[in-house]
Amino acid sequence: MANNSAKSLFTADLIVPAVKASFLKLDPRALVKNPVMFVTAAVAALMSVLLVIGQDDLSTGFKLHLVVWLWLTVLFGTFAEALAEGRGKAQAASLRAAKAELTAKRLTGEGQRYDDVPASQLKIGDVVLVETDDLIPSDGEVVAGVASVNEAAITGESAPVIREAGGDRSAVTAGTRVISDSIRVRVTVEPGKGFLDRMIALVEGAERQKTPNEIALTLLLVGLTIIFLIAVGTIPAFAAYAGGSIPVAILAALLITLIPTTIAALLSAIGIAGMDRLVRFNVLAKSGRAVEAAGDVDVLLLDKTGTITVGDRQASEFRSVGGASEIELAEAALLASLSDETPEGRSIVALAREAFDLQREMPSDAEVIPFTAQTRVSGIRTGETLIQKGAVDSILKANAAADQTAAATELRRITDEIGRAGGTPLAVAKNGQLLGAIFLKDVVKAGIRERFGELRQMGIRTVMITGDNPLTAAAIAAEAGVDDFLAQATPEDKLALIRTEQTGGRLVAMCGDGTNDAPALAQADVGVAMNTGTQAAREAGNMVDLDSDPTKLIEVVGLGKQLLMTRGALTTFSVANDVAKYFAIIPAMFVALYPGLGVLNVMHLATPQSAILSAIIFNALIIPLLVPLALKGVTYRPMAAGPLLARNLAIYGLGGLIAPFIGIKAIDLLVGGLGLA
Amino acid sequence: MTIAGWALILSFVGVLLALTKPVGLWLFALYEGRRTPLHHVLGPVENGFYRLAGIDPAAQQGWRRYAVHMLLFNTALLALTYVVLRLQGVLPGNPQGLAGLSPDLAFNTAVSFTTNTNWQSYGGEGTMSNLSQMLGLTIQNFLSAATGIALAFALFRGFARREAAAVGNFWADVTRITLYLLLPLCVVLTLFYIAGGVPQTLGGVVDVTTLEGARKTILLGPVASQEAIKMLGTNGGGFFNANSAHPFENPTALTNFIQMLSIFVIGFGLTWTFGRAVGNTRQGWAILAAMVILFLAGVSVAYAQEAAGNPVLHQLGVAGGNMEGKEARFGIAASALFSVITTAASCGAVNAMHDSFTALGGMIPMLNIQLGEVVIGGVGAGIYGFLLFAILAVFVAGLMVGRTPEYVGKKIEAREVKLAVLAIAVLPLIILGFTALSSMLAPGLAGPLNKGPHGFSEILYAFSSAVGNNGSAFAGLTANTPYYNALLGIAMWLGRFFVIVPMLAIAGSLAAKKHVPESAGSFPTTGGLWVGMLIGIILILGGLTFLPSLALGPIADHLAMIRGQLF
Repeated sequence: MANNSAKSLFTADLIVPAVKASFLKLDPRALVKNPVMFVTAAVAALMSVLLVIGQDDLSTGFKLHLVVWLWLTVLFGTFAEALAEGRGKAQAASLRAAKAELTAKRLTGEGQRYDDVPASQLKIGDVVLVETDDLIPSDGEVVAGVASVNEAAITGESAPVIREAGGDRSAVTAGTRVISDSIRVRVTVEPGKGFLDRMIALVEGAERQKTPNEIALTLLLVGLTIIFLIAVGTIPAFAAYAGGSIPVAILAALLITLIPTTIAALLSAIGIAGMDRLVRFNVLAKSGRAVEAAGDVDVLLLDKTGTITVGDRQASEFRSVGGASEIELAEAALLASLSDETPEGRSIVALAREAFDLQREMPSDAEVIPFTAQTRVSGIRTGETLIQKGAVDSILKANAAADQTAAATELRRITDEIGRAGGTPLAVAKNGQLLGAIFLKDVVKAGIRERFGELRQMGIRTVMITGDNPLTAAAIAAEAGVDDFLAQATPEDKLALIRTEQTGGRLVAMCGDGTNDAPALAQADVGVAMNTGTQAAREAGNMVDLDSDPTKLIEVVGLGKQLLMTRGALTTFSVANDVAKYFAIIPAMFVALYPGLGVLNVMHLATPQSAILSAIIFNALIIPLLVPLALKGVTYRPMAAGPLLARNLAIYGLGGLIAPFIGIKAIDLLVGGLGLA
Repeated sequence: MTIAGWALILSFVGVLLALTKPVGLWLFALYEGRRTPLHHVLGPVENGFYRLAGIDPAAQQGWRRYAVHMLLFNTALLALTYVVLRLQGVLPGNPQGLAGLSPDLAFNTAVSFTTNTNWQSYGGEGTMSNLSQMLGLTIQNFLSAATGIALAFALFRGFARREAAAVGNFWADVTRITLYLLLPLCVVLTLFYIAGGVPQTLGGVVDVTTLEGARKTILLGPVASQEAIKMLGTNGGGFFNANSAHPFENPTALTNFIQMLSIFVIGFGLTWTFGRAVGNTRQGWAILAAMVILFLAGVSVAYAQEAAGNPVLHQLGVAGGNMEGKEARFGIAASALFSVITTAASCGAVNAMHDSFTALGGMIPMLNIQLGEVVIGGVGAGIYGFLLFAILAVFVAGLMVGRTPEYVGKKIEAREVKLAVLAIAVLPLIILGFTALSSMLAPGLAGPLNKGPHGFSEILYAFSSAVGNNGSAFAGLTANTPYYNALLGIAMWLGRFFVIVPMLAIAGSLAAKKHVPESAGSFPTTGGLWVGMLIGIILILGGLTFLPSLALGPIADHLAMIRGQLF
């Protein structure tokens, strides 16, 4: 995931505008949203004033350095945010191009004529005509016709998709292009509030609101800032008691190094980058809240087809009944499937040719009987011979005479067996005589079992949702290694399952595409709608997968976790840093009052001034050094919480404790070497 | 340091660990409102109280109601105590004919006992009549302790209950804790102390002729009963000014050991009760482990420092450890241990003078208080204070497992973080703020006996002790002045209730939440990693805040001592 983010992190076309923006973000009205950075800026401003009018024993050069580094601390923070936003903006620009200059053919009267109007004048309920090569002017629903549509503008995928009236593929998106046929589309959103608009706003971060977790963290950071304000603010009185005074510049330096500037500077960049990673992954979260919820998910509801099994069943065996031989059955099945272009049909042909070396081609006089929803049987008629293929029930119904035969009993037994083994039987009859069943097997995706194992380690339960009967479902569930399954699932069952899990305090994620999935998508804590799905589904979910790949649900959970982990890791790092900073500044500050306190200078920093300067420089420089980590996110590997915590605590907790001791000492040597203090 | 010294310290901890579960079980019965064997005897008394006061003990209260009733109750007790102390001169039970207290001293003392602080700006035996000791102070000793435990129960319920609106019934909690826990234990302890030689009489004084023939007046009173609750309720207000260093309060090594045990026993038990309440006793043991580690670390430093003694005196030919301000019958180990216990636990009783400790030996008690007295802590107050830190620890590090932080099945979100930060920030705000004020203003500067960093330590200790509701004094500070009485009184009130109200709000907010079932993805809060994290957060948040002030006080003092300069 996020594979393309690393290399594009520090390119000139991102850096230059980010530097510009980082100065614009110094506007106090913007800064105040980040209280810690606001305090830092206020202190920097105060020190700038004192640099001119202040009276103390400190050298102007030292104070100048201090002021510069204080301002840099603020600027590094705004830069991190600007850089994160910049990456989104680049993406938004290409989306905007798709949206520019849309015009609509709005149908009037009885729908025979149309007017050309700008897309911005469309209202909900208007019906527009979209013909070949037209751009669809607004989000809406196809009310008539079928067309293939190129949705590359939003998905990046150039293969066209079919959009048709009725069913689950009726939703169309503004900015996508009809490449064949024509459709009539009923407008379903106000201008400016469509999918594309929302996407632009999202990737730009314009509508970014703090997520619940981010709010909580901000409160903690404010609290820490207040505590340290008190700790530093009372020092002058204490020093006065000891018969001395501490220059404001030193107090300012101590305050800024103690308050959690590192995490505060990177906090919004982490959030923006987290959303951005999702967008790059072609998943669109409608809110940051949804991304966080993804990290918290306890139960994943996964549709069997397409997620756990490859979408299509494969013929794996011929099981003949009555007097029929397997070759007889295979030959009949082959003939009945020759014109069947579905993957299942093709797999039957392939199996028959392979297993019995049958070389039959389509007879010239063959008449194909297409599958209809009424008969639910397909087949072929050549001369006097009629071969039928279909679901067992349907074949028995179509051949009522055969229903009471011994062959039918045998067929039913085989049907059960196949079902228990996780397969689907397809019956074949020739001239009213039952030949047997084709064993269509669900093929579990390679590697999916291991994925579920990982999820289990992370404490996430997987539930397979399928329309299959319980027997079949149980067999596939066992093979795929899911924790549970819901067989013969109706949308109501799905909704009920989600509610039950939620009552137990668990967070549920699911994906869906049909209109009847909408209630469950809305109820789920994380509902990923497929982009190919209906408008209703896309509205109900809190994420949309532009690639319409249900497997991604697993990655979405990972991205959510990564976002939270990044925040936690940098907070821990930031807080742990304080220990070393104390040991740099406290002795430097008080050594004049009580020379004995010099022993606290465990880093053996050269002079009090260089100690203070080194701490403040370290405090500033650590921000840009951590920007790549904030934007890319900490390394995420699926594992149980215990080892994960131990690992992260060792890196960011212990690392945060040790790193500044080394960093400050190194800077002190440098500062001394350059004669800065 | 001696083997005997360490044997004392370790056997002390060992006995407590053995008592943790039985005491925790008993507390759990009270937490649940279950019947205990004592109900046969005291049940009618309990019900009598409810009928008399028109209370329905089964009526559940939301956190706001619980808080309001708790505050009203405590304010009423404050007013009652104030009146008794002011009118002491005209009230009965005053065999010595002592006068009423001045307004500022009465205010300070009333606040002090209501808030479970038991800071004493006065000398006990020379100021308080028997009636004041019993009606004003001993009652408060019971009720302030019961209030603390009740509040801990309310917070436990917040964690344990699911989608609930209520956190318990304040009146029922206080009544049950007093009747079934504090009173019976105190009866046993009182009898034990009497047997050990502690006086228990309503007679005021005994005039004796000493061996040398001099006439001497010995003050007596109902000492044993006050001693029992003073320790058990982590109150710490002694009958005599010398507190547990006085031979009538604490005559023998055995009474000393029992006193130390009774300070900690409820605090140890409550950790178990918490674990049981949230359905996993390992949660309680993890908290206790963190507390005990911090405690033993403190004891090690204090004991080592006191045993090492003062190099300046060594040069003058006075060998051995620091015995200044210590009772010879207890010695260094038992004094150092007592000092760490009493400050870890918000008790404040002393069996030696902390002011006379070596600089670092005296810093440990101070640091214990400044950490928020969460190392075991005051009865109830210790564990609810600790749980506030646990909430922050979970929040800071919990995100690192990639989930919204949870603690014992409850999600920790913005509201809890806000309230926990608020409660935790109160401590440094008042301690450092008032210390700063006092180190600048003339009436503040008039207080300390000593000069330099040691004098500063005296002020810092006083406010730490007041805000932390500890009540132990560094001595050396002349605190019975209108300035210190008023400021310390305010500090005690704020330090208690400005922590309690946000804490109760957290309880309410948690109770309303769903329970999140534990899974392999949940943040682990039982293992060694968690214990280490708790210690880290407490030291960084609680400790670092005070590092500048400690550097200017005891640390500077200590470093000067090494260089041969004493203050």
